[in-house]
Formats: sequence, C-alpha cells, structure tokens
Amino acid sequence: MAKLRIDNVLLRFGPKGDGGVTALEDISLDVEEGELSVIVGPSGCGKTSLLRLVAGLVQPTAGTIRLDGKLVTKPGKDRGMVFQSYTLFPWLTVQANVEFGPRIANMPARERREIARHFIQEVGLAGFERAYPKQLSGGMMQRVALARALANDPEILLMDEPFGALDSQTRSLMQELLLSIWEHSKKTVLFITHDIDEAIFLGDRVYVMTARPGRIKEGFEIGIPRPRSVEVLTSPEFMEMKRRVMRLIHEEAIKALPEGVDTAS
Amino acid sequence: MASFVEAYFAPKKEIPRRVYLTASTVIGVPIIVAWSGLTYGGVVRPEFLPAPHAVLVTGAEMLADGSLLKHTWASVSVIFTGFFLASVLAVPLGIFMGSFKIVEAAVEPVVNFIRYLPVSALIPLLILWIGIGFEEKVAVIFIGTFFQQLMLIADVSASVSSDLLDTSYTLGANRRKVVTKVLIPATLPGVTDTLRITMGWAWTYLVVAELVAANNGLGYMILNAMRGLFTDVIFLGILVIGLLGLLTDQLVKALRHMLLPWAGSSNVS
Repeated sequence: MAKLRIDNVLLRFGPKGDGGVTALEDISLDVEEGELSVIVGPSGCGKTSLLRLVAGLVQPTAGTIRLDGKLVTKPGKDRGMVFQSYTLFPWLTVQANVEFGPRIANMPARERREIARHFIQEVGLAGFERAYPKQLSGGMMQRVALARALANDPEILLMDEPFGALDSQTRSLMQELLLSIWEHSKKTVLFITHDIDEAIFLGDRVYVMTARPGRIKEGFEIGIPRPRSVEVLTSPEFMEMKRRVMRLIHEEAIKALPEGVDTAS
Repeated sequence: MASFVEAYFAPKKEIPRRVYLTASTVIGVPIIVAWSGLTYGGVVRPEFLPAPHAVLVTGAEMLADGSLLKHTWASVSVIFTGFFLASVLAVPLGIFMGSFKIVEAAVEPVVNFIRYLPVSALIPLLILWIGIGFEEKVAVIFIGTFFQQLMLIADVSASVSSDLLDTSYTLGANRRKVVTKVLIPATLPGVTDTLRITMGWAWTYLVVAELVAANNGLGYMILNAMRGLFTDVIFLGILVIGLLGLLTDQLVKALRHMLLPWAGSSNVS
C-alpha cells in the first residue's frame, strides 16, 4: 500500500455554487515509502494548497488523504513541513529550534540534545548551535528548518518551495544537501516547486500540475540513476526530461495568462 | 569642503561614534546660549522666562527642603500604578484579541469607541465618581493608556506570521502549546515597544490629571507656581517630568536589549 494516498481530492473556497473558487480538482496521487516525489506547476496552480491539505492545515471539500492508511484530519508530527518563508523561532537558538519537536513530545533532555546535534551536523551547521536566527543567512535558516523537521522523525517530509527565496548558488547547494540527507535517511518526501530543473534533479517521480483549477496533468518517473550530481543537469537524459516537462508547463502557463496577452509561441 | 559634505550629508551613511556623541552634546550649547541671552540680556522678563541659574537654584532649594522629592514621588507612584494596572490587563487581552476572532468580535467595537473619547473631558466625571486624590489620578492614567495599549498589542498579536504558527502544528504542538510556546514569545518585542511608547503617553496624562485635581505631584507643583508667577518652579517641574520620561523610556529600551537579545532592532529607535 502506498505511504501517502491522495484520493479524488477537491478543494473549493467561498460560497457554494457559482460564487466560489475551485483551487484543486480530481487530485489523485500516491507516494511510495522512501520515494522523493515532486509536484511542479505554474504559479497559482494550487500546489501549496495541496501540500497544506496533506499537512492537515486545511480540510478538503471532498476526497480523502491517507498516510499509512490513516485519514488525515489535522496537522501532526507525522507530517513534518518546511515552508518557503523563514519560520525559525527567533527567540530560540539553532539548537533549541531543532529540539522544539522532541521537546514538545517530552523527550528527555539528553536524548533530544543528541538528536538535535546529529541533525545540525547533517545539514552542515556544526558549530552554530548557539547562534540565533537573526545571525544566520537565508540558506542557513532553511538548513535549520530542515534539521528541525527531520529531528522530529516525521513519516513524510513536506517541502513547500523551501529554496525559492535563495540565490541560485545556494539553492543548488541546498538541493545537493537534501539529496544526500535523503539518500541515507530514506524519508518519504513530497516536494513542490515551480522550478523545472529542481524538480527533475531531485525527483524519483514528477507530477505536473495544471493551472487553476489545479489538476494533475501528468505524472512520470525520472529515469536518471542515483546518486545524481550537478553533472546530471547537462546530460542528454536530463535535457530530454526537461523538454517534456517544459512543454507541459508551458501549455499550462499560457492558460493562466489573462485574455489577450500575446506570447511568442 | 566637498568631502566634508560627502562624509556627513550622504543619506544613511554611518559617521564615527565620537562625532555622533559630540554633535549630540554640542547642540545643547546654542540652546543654553540663546536661553541665557534672552534672560540675562534682559530681552524677556523673568516672570516669563526664568534664568538658567534660577531654575538650578530653585531646584537645589526644593531638593533640600524635601518638597521636590515629595512631589516627584507622588507623580511617579501615580504613573507606575496606573501604567502597571493598564499593562497587566492590556497585554493578555490584547494578545488574545489579536489572535482569536471571537475575542476581537466581542471586545473591539467597545474599545474602538472608548479609544476616541478625550480623557481630559472625562476628568470631571471621574472626580464626581472617585473624588480627587490618588485613585482618581490613577484612573486617568489607566483610561489614557489601557485602550491604546489594547489596540496596539492586538495589532502586534495579529501580525505574528501564520506560517510560524502553522510550523508549530506540523512539529506536533497542540493549540495550547502553540499559544504559550510560540504566539506569546513571538509577540514579546512588539509588546515591549508598545509599552515603551505608551509609557510616554502616560506622562502627558499625568500632568492633565494633576492640573485639575490634586494636592501633590509635579503637575500640582507647576499649577501652584503659576498662581504666584514662579516661572522658575514651572520650568523645574517641566524639566523633571521630561527627565523622568526620558529615564523610563531608556530603561525600557535597555530592558528590551537585555531580555530580548534575539529580537531585531526596534522600530521605535
């Protein structure tokens, strides 16, 4: 049975009938245990909403979401999430931030200190345990956010364009970091992005979403073998995948434009 | 010459600390000079503008006979009592108002209306209900600060990023923990800034309260002096209030820096 099963989900906002807005429609997809799945789509297509549904922060209008067979109805530590914005707790040090989840779960101090230290090291921030978020760069903050989510040992890791606010060099490094952590933790990951390169570089499977109302246009396996290094980005297989995804996205991006806007197609 | 302008008149450019401090103290000189010129030079009569030394001498005298201390203490205790009562109520209520729609719905209409009532106009009513004296003055300070604090703190609470709260839910926190372990700490810098600002307002309400109905305090001291045209005492009173306001302001600023080292720099300077 798939680890995460999204079944015929519909998400509507506003009044019933004509006045409301359909954000997501007919969404069905499975994420297998240990898989890194990426959802890619144009801005405004509803991918963040979909992730928030899986996180349990929002309830679907219709359809179900099941993690390990259990129905998702509210947020919990089994679905850890890394947001696009910086969400570190500014009044806590890096160490205390990463310990937050275990602390809430009443884990004894020594144990959670060890776990936090382990993940802080995993994300390459050993030595920064006592720093406060205001002393960190954007990339460092997202690394702490990742460590914090992982330290809580979630069943699935949800990532909402976590590297979107970073410059391209940092983003590239963060992608490699994520892959290396994922390779030996074997976490199930659901990642969303609008960046096609990122999607193909990271994913086992990629799902392309349509413009609003968001549907899954197509989902397919990225056949590129692992481990993947940055060399992969310019390989012929990568280019082939990219061509395929770009065509799909482009169709959808055009649909999302207002009437009468001309493009050189 | 051009490089002087470049060094000191380029927008947002940093200047050496020594220069900053010198400029801040040196500005006092032309003020003292102008003041002295107007008084010792006979341009303005002493009934209207006391000479600098007169204010100092009166200050020393009133310090020596204990009256200055008595009035200062009376005012300070009124301010701190009124401000403390207002803050203790406004902080929790404001935080809840900003984050729980049901509290906002119940409280905001009333607060919003009362906020615009001029406190000075309420004083006769307060005198009627409470009389003159300590309690009435405290009531004036309370009304003057509480409603403003409430709205400002509600705003601080509402501005806490919802992503921050959502993050906590995904880390396994329940509603209660989200409020105690995330919402409240997140509002601390904003709440401290609000307290600092409203403390300044509290001082202005003090003078109004005391001018109308008091038998001690710095405002009373000023009013009494006016009757006898003792402008040096008036000036002394104003200066002491100003100094006390500045002192409390800097105190809160220092507390913020000490207790909340993790918070970014304040918007209140």
